[in-house]
Amino acid sequence: MNKQNPVVELKLPVIPDIELSATKTAEVISKHMNLSEEKTGEISMAIIESCINAFEHSKTKEIFIHFIVSADKLTIKVKDQGVGFDKSKVEIPNIENKLNSDERKRGWGLQLVSALMDTVEYDSDETGTTVTMTKKREDNE
Amino acid sequence: MSDSIKNVEEISGVVVITTSGYFNNIAGDAVLEVFNQKMEEGKINFLIDMEDSKVVNSIGVSILIEVIEKLQTVDGKLAFTNLAGIVEKTFNIMGLTKYCEVYDSVDSGVDNLS
Repeated sequence: MNKQNPVVELKLPVIPDIELSATKTAEVISKHMNLSEEKTGEISMAIIESCINAFEHSKTKEIFIHFIVSADKLTIKVKDQGVGFDKSKVEIPNIENKLNSDERKRGWGLQLVSALMDTVEYDSDETGTTVTMTKKREDNE
Repeated sequence: MSDSIKNVEEISGVVVITTSGYFNNIAGDAVLEVFNQKMEEGKINFLIDMEDSKVVNSIGVSILIEVIEKLQTVDGKLAFTNLAGIVEKTFNIMGLTKYCEVYDSVDSGVDNLS
């Protein structure tokens, strides 16, 4: 492990609630980085949603999560080897549209990740998807 | 009772549902089952105490949108109490807090709903 930029890697099989093991890891890393409780919660929620998206939609058998610690931010990569998706075709959910309609109530993952993290990028094709998201470390953290 | 539901009680006409653990699809379905049962009994005001559910996912929370939808048909109310910061933020992003109040305590929630 590089002491300057520690990297933590997880490989998660598709089993119920396994995403919680990634949030436990995120909590340890956030504590190591002195990130606030608020940011730790946001990171954990973004990881949960990224894992669920991969498990539910990609048909992957496992996902890989990389936590990359640097001086000014935490970078998290959630990778699957599934079927990929076209982000431009994902509708932005709205609760008003979901209430009193036949529209399915689900489909919030991308919006939550986007709202909770500082940056989010999706790299997706038919061989898989990588979500790269960052949370900045403030000067006082 | 499901492992996801710690307690269900009625206080001053308000059904207080206390959840337990990870609020995922299983927990959401458990709340929906209790809700449906109580609504059939004529109850229309519900308070969900999430003190023991500090972690949620959007699938579980989506099921609560179904609850809101059903309560709108009977002019009922759904409210929450003891939310962890990230849970309240998730509810804000998803828009639940446009339709549901969030209270600091069970007592405060019951006082306002009853």
